[in-house]
Amino acid sequence: MTDAISVKNLSKTFGGEWSLFGGRSHEVKAVRDVTLSVKQGETLALVGESGSGKSTLARMIVGLDVPTSGEMRIAGKDARALWAEGPQAFGRVIQYVFQDPVASLNPRKTVTAILDAPLRLLRGYDQRRRQVRMRELMEAVQMPADSLGRYPHEFSGGQAQRIAIARALAAEPRIMVLDEPVSALDVSVQAQVLLLLEDLRREFDLSYLFISHDLAVVESISDRVAVMFFGEVVETGAAEQLFRSPRHEYTKRLIASAPRLETALGATRGA
Amino acid sequence: MAAYIAKRLITAIPVLLGLSLIVFLIMAMIPGDPATAILGSYATPENVERLNRSLGLDRSLPEQYFIWLGNLLQGDLGRSYALNRPVLDEVLERFSATLILASTALALCTVFGLLAGIVSAVRQFGWADRIVTLFVLVGISIPSFFLALLLILFFAVRLQVLPASGMYAIYGGGDLPDLLHHLILPAVTLAVVATGVVARLTRTAMLEVLRQDYIRTARAKGLGERKVIYRHALKAAMVSIVPVVGLQAGFVLGGAVYIETVFQWPGIGAMLVKAISTRDILLVQGGVLFVAAAYVFVNLIADVVQATLDPRLKA
Amino acid sequence: MSVPILEATPTPEPMITRQTTWRLLMNNRLAAAGFYVIALVVLIALLAPLLPLHDPDVTDPADRLLPVFSESHILGTDHLGRDVLARLVWGTRISLLVGISAALMAAFFGSLIGLVAGYAGGRTDNLIMRGIDMLMAFPYILLALAIVAVLGPGLLNALYAIAVVNIPFFARNVRGIALGLSHREFVDAARLSGKSHTAIVATEILPNVLPVIVITMSTTVGWMILETAGLSFLGLGAQPPQADLGSMLGQGRALLFTAPMISVVPGVMVFLIVMSINLLGDGVRDALDPRLRAGALTRPMPVTRIDRENVPAPDEMARASALAVTELETSFETAGGREPAVKGVSFSLRKGECLGLVGESGSGKSVTALSVLGLVASPPGVITGGAVTIEGRDVFSLRETEIGSLRGGKVAYIFQDPLTTLHPLFTVGEQVAEAIRAHQPVGRAQAQAKAVDLLRTVRIPDPEQRASAYPHELSGGQRQRVGIAMALANEPDIIIADEPTTALDVTVQAEILRLLQVLRQERGLALLFITHDFGVVAEICDRVAVMRRGEIVEAGDTAAVLGNPQHPYTKRLIACVPKPGQGRRFLEAIRRLPAEEAAGGSGS
Repeated sequence: MTDAISVKNLSKTFGGEWSLFGGRSHEVKAVRDVTLSVKQGETLALVGESGSGKSTLARMIVGLDVPTSGEMRIAGKDARALWAEGPQAFGRVIQYVFQDPVASLNPRKTVTAILDAPLRLLRGYDQRRRQVRMRELMEAVQMPADSLGRYPHEFSGGQAQRIAIARALAAEPRIMVLDEPVSALDVSVQAQVLLLLEDLRREFDLSYLFISHDLAVVESISDRVAVMFFGEVVETGAAEQLFRSPRHEYTKRLIASAPRLETALGATRGA
Repeated sequence: MAAYIAKRLITAIPVLLGLSLIVFLIMAMIPGDPATAILGSYATPENVERLNRSLGLDRSLPEQYFIWLGNLLQGDLGRSYALNRPVLDEVLERFSATLILASTALALCTVFGLLAGIVSAVRQFGWADRIVTLFVLVGISIPSFFLALLLILFFAVRLQVLPASGMYAIYGGGDLPDLLHHLILPAVTLAVVATGVVARLTRTAMLEVLRQDYIRTARAKGLGERKVIYRHALKAAMVSIVPVVGLQAGFVLGGAVYIETVFQWPGIGAMLVKAISTRDILLVQGGVLFVAAAYVFVNLIADVVQATLDPRLKA
Repeated sequence: MSVPILEATPTPEPMITRQTTWRLLMNNRLAAAGFYVIALVVLIALLAPLLPLHDPDVTDPADRLLPVFSESHILGTDHLGRDVLARLVWGTRISLLVGISAALMAAFFGSLIGLVAGYAGGRTDNLIMRGIDMLMAFPYILLALAIVAVLGPGLLNALYAIAVVNIPFFARNVRGIALGLSHREFVDAARLSGKSHTAIVATEILPNVLPVIVITMSTTVGWMILETAGLSFLGLGAQPPQADLGSMLGQGRALLFTAPMISVVPGVMVFLIVMSINLLGDGVRDALDPRLRAGALTRPMPVTRIDRENVPAPDEMARASALAVTELETSFETAGGREPAVKGVSFSLRKGECLGLVGESGSGKSVTALSVLGLVASPPGVITGGAVTIEGRDVFSLRETEIGSLRGGKVAYIFQDPLTTLHPLFTVGEQVAEAIRAHQPVGRAQAQAKAVDLLRTVRIPDPEQRASAYPHELSGGQRQRVGIAMALANEPDIIIADEPTTALDVTVQAEILRLLQVLRQERGLALLFITHDFGVVAEICDRVAVMRRGEIVEAGDTAAVLGNPQHPYTKRLIACVPKPGQGRRFLEAIRRLPAEEAAGGSGS
């Protein structure tokens, strides 16, 4: 079976162009020589702190950014072929869910208008089919059907994220890239959205690339984990094993830094 | 800082070149035979031919530009046929008068605009704020040429305390007190609009800054309200006020066109209006170029001041 | 069968927005006045051909220079005996037409340029904006003059000149917004939904830019009317016999000393038109700009407004504590009255103790923390009840200066995002030194030296050098260390830390928590720690109080509350935190969690 996502020696460098007066601008290697793969039906978590390059990597994988060098295969197809087919080719196989659900929904569009674009442009459904699909999608993300006529600002963060997920699902992709999908949400909402994502993956047989800085969240949803540090993947492994016995120094530090509830329960505290 | 100033000076060069190109192109777009347009009613066949040759009109447009630019850099802006003297001489003479008027107005609008804006922000919704708001509204709504007429009617005709025209008394005078006496009305008129704009922006900038998190931090440190407003808030607000003061230089230099015409101030604005009606194109060209260059220079100073206030801009 | 779901679900939102915008506009008395004046002027100008007026161009040397209120010439006649009233109405018609046309032209071309530049970004943007900058390098009126000089005097040419000169304003404003929007996630999402670039600009960006275009237009159309009048005044616009208000003024100027009314009448008219448009324009801006709508431009008072209905007397416990909060109630003024954000919160903080105040967004934890020393922005915040007791004194009964001396003295704050909470224009050394000098009578140099010591205390490497750095030159963790140094400046007894590590990476967070813990133990500080993260609470707090919707639902020793929560809300919250080592069992546990008690509780 082919991998859902397979990335080989991918790099992305920003800046470094000559400008007319400022001389050469500062060059930033956001992603350096990354190789990883997401197997069909699995959830690969990409863990790292701010500036580690995980979002840049994600944007390249969904076709929003162009890599400086390296190779990518999405759902078995070479990325160059997808590029050649046009921007819609990416959208049909892979979709993206953003961190900030409110910013990812156009404030001046109803949910109907938001869902309409992928159904029409990527799936080519007629009017009636689109209406039926919209209601199915709302059901899938556990939102009432009357949400369709509403505007984004009428929803809470968790509800908005469900709508953003529905939009991604509307394209009927095989693969989803989830970029910190629960980081902006309150903890109780976060758990519900995680559960929803897990159920959707099973129901629609999706493969996930799940990006997060929160190790506990990652552990609860991923099969395998890749750790990014300054643009490089420093360690990859099965989730359970990686958390139990991290090999790389940085992974160890990351795990040790995560605040734990048990701290309070275990030790008796002074004063 | 020196490095930053040098950098800014270097970036001003393309702007100045761009300015000269725009001015050149605008004048090149004049419909019909440029020599006739330039010479206007003074055109005799031999004059036209002489001008055509000296302007290099038989060459391509880029070549013409470089010839023109070359002359410009040597201080040769051509000759005004209406006045029968070199454009540069006329422009320089006129420019000093405009400079006196404009810089006085700019100083007035900066000082009073800042004061009014600060008072208005600090005493928000108080009577001082209302008066300032009303003044700003009137200031930015009244045509400056109309205000000039009203002031003349009141101070020169009714009260007869200030002169209605000229830079110096025609008979006698010519000294500093005489100049100031003639300067008051035009400078005040010119400053009113700009003062309104500066006051309004200062008020908004102050109020915006006072909402920032770092102002809360300053208060949480236990700083007195004076320090919070005049040290923390004002400094941050100045970063957005300074460039607007720079923009006012443009308003003042441009508005001088009206004010100089109404008060018969012998500046570059009045000259331009006259030159446009007599189609003295080279004089228009020289005048526009000169004032625009002065404006670029003022904005350069504003940029440098802004960068001394805000270290983030120097990067 | 077509289920008319699209038709059946009306989209009331734009209508509602429009209605409220209109109502907001009309509630603004000045804007409403401006609207009525300009509406009347426009109406008269439109009806000019139907009104019983003299012919504006018919001269009558016999009736020249009649004064105002003459029979059959209410506003008198000019030097050629033409009726001033008729000329005024017809002149207004021309001035309005020219000004508004220029505004529309400038808005159309400027917005188009701005949209393209902002959305395209990169080189295209750079090239276009350099050109725009070049146009703006000319003093505004001068460029218009140069254009008229080329095209020749005339009303239409004046219109073109004014329109061209105003294009940069629109281009710049629109470009700024479009550039910001083009980096927003919803634009990326639209691309992934298969939309083309043109479709994105037209359907995603433009609707969001439209208010800015309207605002820019409503605030510049006044200018454009003024400037066209100005060109005509100089004789470069309308040419006789056609006359707009500007040329009427210009002609009247020659007669200023003999018949001042001939120039005053059109002058007043221009003034009236421009002022009412400006009033209306300001109103439109206030109504459309969401920041202004939220009342963001009111000056916050030094201390939160205090208007207490209930002033409880502190009990023995409260007086013995380092800090006691009793039945605190803090509200926000809204259009619909006062909305309480904190509803009767009580807790106390003993010396040397760390109390965690934990809750989700909107629980009122930060408002509680800021209320302690009256730092809730006011308006709209009001402390509507309760007491805060520090050293046996009720803080809300103190004078402003007394509260000021507590702030940063006995009680210090650490805030969430050190990038926005440190002043960007002062060096960090200065900012720490200032905190010292606010409370201690020391000289500048001495304060500076102490500031360096403090920076060393919070483990900033190379503190002498770092003291002269600006906040933007430091990393997030270092900035927060500066925030802590500032809090320590006057050896406070109590530190109130409002989500101090939320903006930081996990590894940095761990370092900052460790630092706070060490400082607390060394100095016997009492710490009120506000957070949404139970893990952080577990790491640092002795006791914890759980807040929901402005109330404390459960409080107690950290181990007890976290290990054996009593309140259903606490139980649920803790169950929702994934624990390391729990793995996929976590989601199974969530699945078994009972449904939330009330819909919309935390709005999942």
